[in-house]
Amino acid sequence: MDLFKVKLTINGKEVEAPVGSTILQAAESAGIEIPRLCYDPHLSSLGACRLCLVEVKGNRLLPASCVTPATDGMVVETESDAVVEARKTILELLVANHPLDCMTCDKMGACKLADYCYKYGVKDSPYIGVKHEYPLDDSNPFIIRDMNKCILCGACVRACEEMTGQDNLSYLYRGFNRKATTAGDVPYIESDCVFCGQCVAVCPTGALVEKSMSGKARRWEFDKVRTTCPFCGTGCNFDLAVKDGKVIGVLSTPEAPVNGQMLCVKGRFGWDFIYNEKRLTSPLIKKEGKFVEAGWDEAYQLIASKLNGIREQYGPDSFAALSSARCTNEENYLVQKLTRAHMGSNNVDHCART
Amino acid sequence: MTNPIYEITEEAELMLLIGTNATEAHPIIGYKMRQAARNGAKMIVCDPRRIDLVDEADYWLQIKPGTDIPLINGMMHIIIKEGLEDKKFIEERTENYEELKAIVENYPPEKAAALAGISVEDLYSVARLYATTDKAMIFYTLGITEHICGTRNVMSIANLAMLTGHIGRPGTGVCPMRGQNNVQGACDMGALPNVYPGYQAVTNPDIQQKYEQAWSTALPNKLGLKIPEMFEAAHEGKVKAMYILGENPVLTDPNSNHIREALEKLEFLVVQELFLTETAEYADVILPAASFAECDGTFTNTERRVQRVRKAIEPIPGQANWETICQMATHMGYPMSYHHPSEIWDEMASLTPSMAGINYGRLENSSLQWPCPTVEHPGTPFLHSGKFTRGLGSFQPSEHIPPGEMPDKEYPFLLSTGRILFHYNVTTPYSPGIASIWDKEMAEFHPLDAEKLGLNKDSKVKITSRRGEVISAIKITERVQPGMIWMSFHHTATPTNALTSDVLDPITGTGEYKVAAVKVEKL
Repeated sequence: MDLFKVKLTINGKEVEAPVGSTILQAAESAGIEIPRLCYDPHLSSLGACRLCLVEVKGNRLLPASCVTPATDGMVVETESDAVVEARKTILELLVANHPLDCMTCDKMGACKLADYCYKYGVKDSPYIGVKHEYPLDDSNPFIIRDMNKCILCGACVRACEEMTGQDNLSYLYRGFNRKATTAGDVPYIESDCVFCGQCVAVCPTGALVEKSMSGKARRWEFDKVRTTCPFCGTGCNFDLAVKDGKVIGVLSTPEAPVNGQMLCVKGRFGWDFIYNEKRLTSPLIKKEGKFVEAGWDEAYQLIASKLNGIREQYGPDSFAALSSARCTNEENYLVQKLTRAHMGSNNVDHCART
Repeated sequence: MTNPIYEITEEAELMLLIGTNATEAHPIIGYKMRQAARNGAKMIVCDPRRIDLVDEADYWLQIKPGTDIPLINGMMHIIIKEGLEDKKFIEERTENYEELKAIVENYPPEKAAALAGISVEDLYSVARLYATTDKAMIFYTLGITEHICGTRNVMSIANLAMLTGHIGRPGTGVCPMRGQNNVQGACDMGALPNVYPGYQAVTNPDIQQKYEQAWSTALPNKLGLKIPEMFEAAHEGKVKAMYILGENPVLTDPNSNHIREALEKLEFLVVQELFLTETAEYADVILPAASFAECDGTFTNTERRVQRVRKAIEPIPGQANWETICQMATHMGYPMSYHHPSEIWDEMASLTPSMAGINYGRLENSSLQWPCPTVEHPGTPFLHSGKFTRGLGSFQPSEHIPPGEMPDKEYPFLLSTGRILFHYNVTTPYSPGIASIWDKEMAEFHPLDAEKLGLNKDSKVKITSRRGEVISAIKITERVQPGMIWMSFHHTATPTNALTSDVLDPITGTGEYKVAAVKVEKL
């Protein structure tokens, strides 16, 4: 017997998992996906949404699988009649106080609440009652907060505390009025928020969305292009969301080797410099002190005659190149090659020292 | 970095941060440090400024700017006196220990603490804690290197790590966190005046011959000029023409008025840029550049991890940067013909043993840390296991070297500079979103100084050094010490580097951005 493993049965399948695994983790390791809203493998487990409940033989309750340890000999059903009925009720209770404006919701397609409602056939809620009517918080340039769509899973609170450590979010008020929000319930822009956007990345509903993507595309309509951040030297990876040949946003991914879901304000929201109207789009040649648009060939010819001429007249070391710590390896390789092989000088450097 | 980023949360029992403000300059690394500290790892912060991570730290040594060497020498003095050094590591893996011992002998705790402006008790505590923790990582950034004694500071840190055997194992090491996205890669690619790709010396005849064969041309074996020397040579009329790709030295280099004069003197300047920057204004020809979203290629991060950059949209100027460089070279009579950046990488890798095993195929779904000499090699997460690159680690001790310019009667404030969370050098001000919430320089003043100068939060000031002057808004905060002003350098309207010192580290040519003397006038 392996002392470090537990053996249990999930949906009739024998499953072995490391001691200390939860039922949810054990199921996942066997390829059995249990619905969940508040669970995120990169955050502490809260057991708040209860959607991951399962039936355990001999247990008269339906425990939340994300916080229940798997034990030897356990017999678990993840989609039994009792489980499905309970899950439907949970979804109906969540939907009772959730706007059903999915047709215009920016998260549609990446909304776990909508996905599970679809899976379990929950169209609306039999529970009629008061609904919150919180004002929209779009006071900052990056994140739209619609607290009416919050299901209190607490992922944003945990991401702010456990990933970034900014501790800007917590729970406020009691009972029906409970809210995952900033200290004093102020808009993000007035809070201690550093706009890393970790809260947006983990939010399972439309409560937190990227402002840049709002109204631009349904979640299944854009391509994701995995790339590396152009700002500091940490080397975070993320996906550029591209619709009709335009970048509309940045999405972090748990697969990123250095950063996982985490990004900072620059990486997640600073990409829009690429569409700044001041971007240069054509070569410019200075004529009588003013820059005049020119064709590529005209620019190259002028560069060739001037640089080659100066090299002829004053020697190779009259030329110097500044390459770039912001450009790719390949571009840097070419710049030093051109400087050494054609201009004949080792006068090539970049801002590593300045 | 000798060790990978993931060891911060997975291995480290202690983090010694010296001259690094990670939550702002390297936020994800900073967040990981915070996670590690909250999970029980010890944290020591040595910084003249109360950075955010001080809130997580077990010790904060608020040293005087430019006193890193006395601090580290003082720690080593205590470690040796108390017999806490790693005798086996010193014996087996290092040399020149006697010289180290002799020099740090001159830094008894009382003297070292007084020079650094900290308490003797704290110096004892951190020296003992660092030496006796098995897995202790050191992190530093430009707070160490941007000094007249930057190289000596780095060597002192290496001395401390070797003295205690904190290198060559997981959870240890010396981790400089590099600034720009690809500053590691630009160095690795040989965009340096002394080396070809992979740090192969231009003065080595065998290496020279290898590249001459590969590139079918004769190559120079004389060391080239470093950036400050280039601008100096332009001043003197020796450098007549420059090509500048994606850099804005007028805003980012120290003593910027000097740089402007140098650029003005050039006969011909080509700049390849995204925007009409302060530097591009001096160009004779500007070639429009493509952004990271418009080019295929690779970046190498601070832990030597090579990762793909992928073209997501068509280049806004119509072509990628590598295509522009190739076309320019071809027009100049040096044909460069590649179909894809992967071919450029392959050529580089075929000439660079430390990266020979990396190719785009391997990078498609993962990343690799060099050295990676063969296509079977898994890459190297941490360096110096069992042996240093040069064989034995050589202790290179140093005496205290004070900053090149200190406040005096005429210029009574000490100016230090750095980066802030919301901006990265000079690109982010072009982000409409970021610019809308942080659009100007806010020079930091201690409340006592603000009171003395009659400043309130809405004041504007003129700050003047021996080299230039700028006008800035201010922020009154206890993050800085009395007598110290702190500024970033991201904003065109307040070009902070007009003020910074022209004192350079004599070995690297790095400017002393961290210490300059200035005076302040309320406007």
